[in-house]
Amino acid sequence: MSNIWAVCKKEIKSTFTSPIAYVAITVYLVLVGFFFHSLIWWFNTQSMQMAQNPYYLQQMNINQMVFSPLFHNISIILLLMIPLLTMRLFSEEKKIKTDELLYTSPISINQIILGKYFASLFVLLVMLFLTGILSSLTFVFGNPELKPILIGYLGLFLMGAAFMAVGIFFSSVTENQIVAAVLTFGSLLLFWVLNWASYSAGGIWREVLNYVSFFQHFDDMTKGILDTTDLVYYISFIFLGMFLTHSVIQSRRWR
Amino acid sequence: MIEVEHLFKKYGDLLAIQDLSFTVEKGHIWGLLGPNAAGKTTTMRILTGYLPATDGKATVAGYDIFEQANDVKRIMGYLPENVPLYPEMTVRAFLHFVAEIKQIPATKRKEAVERSISLGALESVQGRLIKNISRGFRQRVGIAQALIHDPQVLILDEPTIGLDPAQIIEIRQLIKTLKGDHTIILSTHILAEVTQTCDGVVIINEGKLMASGSLEELTASLQEKDGVFLRLREGGKEKVEHFKNIPGVDNVTIRDDGYCIEWTRGKDSRDDITRYIVDRNWGLLEMRSLAMDIEELYLRVITGRTEQ
Repeated sequence: MSNIWAVCKKEIKSTFTSPIAYVAITVYLVLVGFFFHSLIWWFNTQSMQMAQNPYYLQQMNINQMVFSPLFHNISIILLLMIPLLTMRLFSEEKKIKTDELLYTSPISINQIILGKYFASLFVLLVMLFLTGILSSLTFVFGNPELKPILIGYLGLFLMGAAFMAVGIFFSSVTENQIVAAVLTFGSLLLFWVLNWASYSAGGIWREVLNYVSFFQHFDDMTKGILDTTDLVYYISFIFLGMFLTHSVIQSRRWR
Repeated sequence: MIEVEHLFKKYGDLLAIQDLSFTVEKGHIWGLLGPNAAGKTTTMRILTGYLPATDGKATVAGYDIFEQANDVKRIMGYLPENVPLYPEMTVRAFLHFVAEIKQIPATKRKEAVERSISLGALESVQGRLIKNISRGFRQRVGIAQALIHDPQVLILDEPTIGLDPAQIIEIRQLIKTLKGDHTIILSTHILAEVTQTCDGVVIINEGKLMASGSLEELTASLQEKDGVFLRLREGGKEKVEHFKNIPGVDNVTIRDDGYCIEWTRGKDSRDDITRYIVDRNWGLLEMRSLAMDIEELYLRVITGRTEQ
């Protein structure tokens, strides 16, 4: 455990000494801020219009009208930013040959992978926490339901964690950070849009494509629905990412 | 302490190491010599557990390097050819991180970092980012990280590369002081370093063991005769016959205004020769041993030549 913590600490420090993290987090916050502002503004305008009709006014729901679309927007921004945050994890070690130090120390490959993975989860938590400040403002000026928001954030965290598992895997495949980022982005996008193909597919394929796609599992959570199927999906995805990363590192050394 | 038996390593179709066997005794410093691409770095990487071998066995302090890799890693310090450093960390933070992953207990970590900073003479740069320090300092940070957990075994891949002459001497001194408590294998292209620091050598070429043993043993096995080169105030062919009459002398030849006098290995005719010259007042200007130096030994082993 102390080994994982040692690697994790080192990674967090490295992340926050490189400009990539700051740039990515800043751009992320600017975009989230923009979407949040637009959604609130739209919700506000709608509320003013509906104010004349008490029935319609009752139908106005900030959770559905602001948070659900906001979570979708954030997930897309994460899709763009996470490949940039995970690209250096293993590829840089290989490029500057520091992997030789790690693999000749009494520390297992699993501990190295987990240390790096937890460090990237920490960055994800920082990102979500910063947007959480915006969300909490709505409690000051309105009365949204807390539970669906928390489930939405849990969904974002799990999805971001799954994205990072894919990112760490592609980082172990190549020593070129750009290649790692492009491969991560490409495959995340593919998994995102896989359910589009389900419209034209029939029978079992429709279900398989729907299940494999990120979108379907995330959509429920943005609406505040917590289903174990979705949890199992994300956790399996993370484990698969870790397992593949371990296999790649192990096989490279045996080649 | 280190035993390598019939080690093989294949990279695809390329056979990097073939049937390599050698032993290094506890507390000794052994040099690993060979031309570029001879398999030195591969051998070191296998011993440190970075690469697995294709076949063969190796033990360090009784631990099998494949079966008990973590035990071996715990007692081994390694300075790779490309010093593994994180450029965005300070020297002190880096050494602290290494202390953590080498599993030095938290209570002793600070002390270990201080010790390695003083061993590497890094006091002046300890707070600076690694990317901003000179190559010589980076090499020393590499040596400091290899020593941080006071390992029983040290593997140093070209430890003095990139250092200035004064630093090279310092590092050699440091390596010599480690002798006895530590068993060391170092690879180098500077052959003088081997004579100054090593007890013995392993010479490999194209992945194969060419020779292994102490320098005296190797010289003895390659050279049948011993001898001296001497220069007198006045030379001349007639003196060749005089020297041949000295008991024990087998062969005398003229070379570069001087004489090469040889005798069978094991005897020593130097006293007799000196006395002979002094008695006749011939004026002895120079006298040096014809024993093979390390460069000659290395070249003979690598090219497969024996006595000329």
